[in-house]
Amino acid sequence: MSKVRVLAGTRKGAFILESDGKRDKWNVSGPFFGGWEIYHLKGSPVNPDRIYASQSSGWFGQQVQRSDEGGKTWSPVGNQFAYDGVPGTHQWYDGTPHPWEFKRVWHLEPSPTDAETVFAGIEDAALFKSTDGGQAWAELSGLRQHGTGPKWQPGAGGMCLHTVLLDPSNPDRMYIAISAAGAFRTDDGGKSWKPINRGLYSKFLPDPTAEVGHCVHHVAMHKSRPEVLFMQKHWDIMRSDNAGEQWTRVSGNLPTDFGFVIDVHAHEPETIYVVPIHSDSEHYPPNGQLRVFRSRTGGNEWEPLTKGLPQENCFVNVLRDAMAVDSLDECGVYFGTTGGQVYASNDSGDNWTAIVRDLPPVLSIEVQTLP
Amino acid sequence: MIQVELPAHLRTLARVQSTVELEVSGPVTLCSVLDALEAKCPVLRGAIRDYGTLKRRPFIRFFVCGEDWSHEAGDRPLPGAVAEGREPFLLVGAIAGG
Repeated sequence: MSKVRVLAGTRKGAFILESDGKRDKWNVSGPFFGGWEIYHLKGSPVNPDRIYASQSSGWFGQQVQRSDEGGKTWSPVGNQFAYDGVPGTHQWYDGTPHPWEFKRVWHLEPSPTDAETVFAGIEDAALFKSTDGGQAWAELSGLRQHGTGPKWQPGAGGMCLHTVLLDPSNPDRMYIAISAAGAFRTDDGGKSWKPINRGLYSKFLPDPTAEVGHCVHHVAMHKSRPEVLFMQKHWDIMRSDNAGEQWTRVSGNLPTDFGFVIDVHAHEPETIYVVPIHSDSEHYPPNGQLRVFRSRTGGNEWEPLTKGLPQENCFVNVLRDAMAVDSLDECGVYFGTTGGQVYASNDSGDNWTAIVRDLPPVLSIEVQTLP
Repeated sequence: MIQVELPAHLRTLARVQSTVELEVSGPVTLCSVLDALEAKCPVLRGAIRDYGTLKRRPFIRFFVCGEDWSHEAGDRPLPGAVAEGREPFLLVGAIAGG
């Protein structure tokens, strides 16, 4: 029988939740790296027992940990993220120039074809690549240096490169997203990049349709249709059907289209999930009701999913990397909250259960479907 | 032997139980002690000092014989009591909430 492993990064350590394919009983292990912020963990699709974790601390900086035993044991690997050349400046919150400075790794994306290759999205925004299992990191500096970098600015969480999507059908194509710069695409393996933000509208910019500066919160893709992208922007749910060349707003009947997470069903490329949040200054769900919204039409038409989720007095947030799906026949959907709950549905979102309830604030959720 | 005491998170990271004992050849200074510590425990590179500039991370402090050495020049010789191992070199995480 298949197994599921949920990797939860939290404000004070990492946790691993495991279940068999029924997904009704969960074993929780952790904390790993207790006391450290674990922004993200992710397993290699090639070797699922290889897991990478981003471990950081305001006191002690950045570490990257690697497990080759499914999270049972860990070893630190390389933690030097040196920008290529003179980093230059980006915009500060008030528009003044501010020097690029490494803060932390937000996202680790293992290659779908090579267990030794992994990408890291960092703050201040840049993309790094390792081809030796995380020991040495080199910047793919064509992104930061393609020309618009001086116009990028930090969002409230910092100027983070938080999304890395690898096109499974084309190893030269990658998408990344930065808050607050926008989405970018490479078609040559990371040498050159272009902004792909046409159709985005952001009122906080002097030119709301500017080429860059948009606060993209997360982007999701179904592996069977890598040219179709779904975006949760600061406000607005967007979709693109042509690899980001043009975006269309698909917020439809959502109660609010502010939020952080967005994800796609494992087997239905037009079924997508978001968690609407009241506003950008009130980072909690509308009316104290935690609701996942599902669209089976790729946007515009949304239904609330509430069974098993708190429908009163709930004021948690769901951060941008804190939703994932498994690939069992009946797709499982998982998300973590800043209140420390991890909710799971083993029926595509119809019913939800808290599979663990009192963790530190959850920063990220990833799921591995194991044989 | 120079005795270096690390905060709990760095002891866990470096997989050391308590005090780290170091031999330093040449003058015993802030820099030479940190160089020796990072040579003995490479995982601490980047955790105490910035990789590129070797500047102390902002929330790290150095205490020596009851005095704050966080802002001392890296090449200033440490007191004989530290160099001779009678007093520890304390590496402390700043009180900053969290």
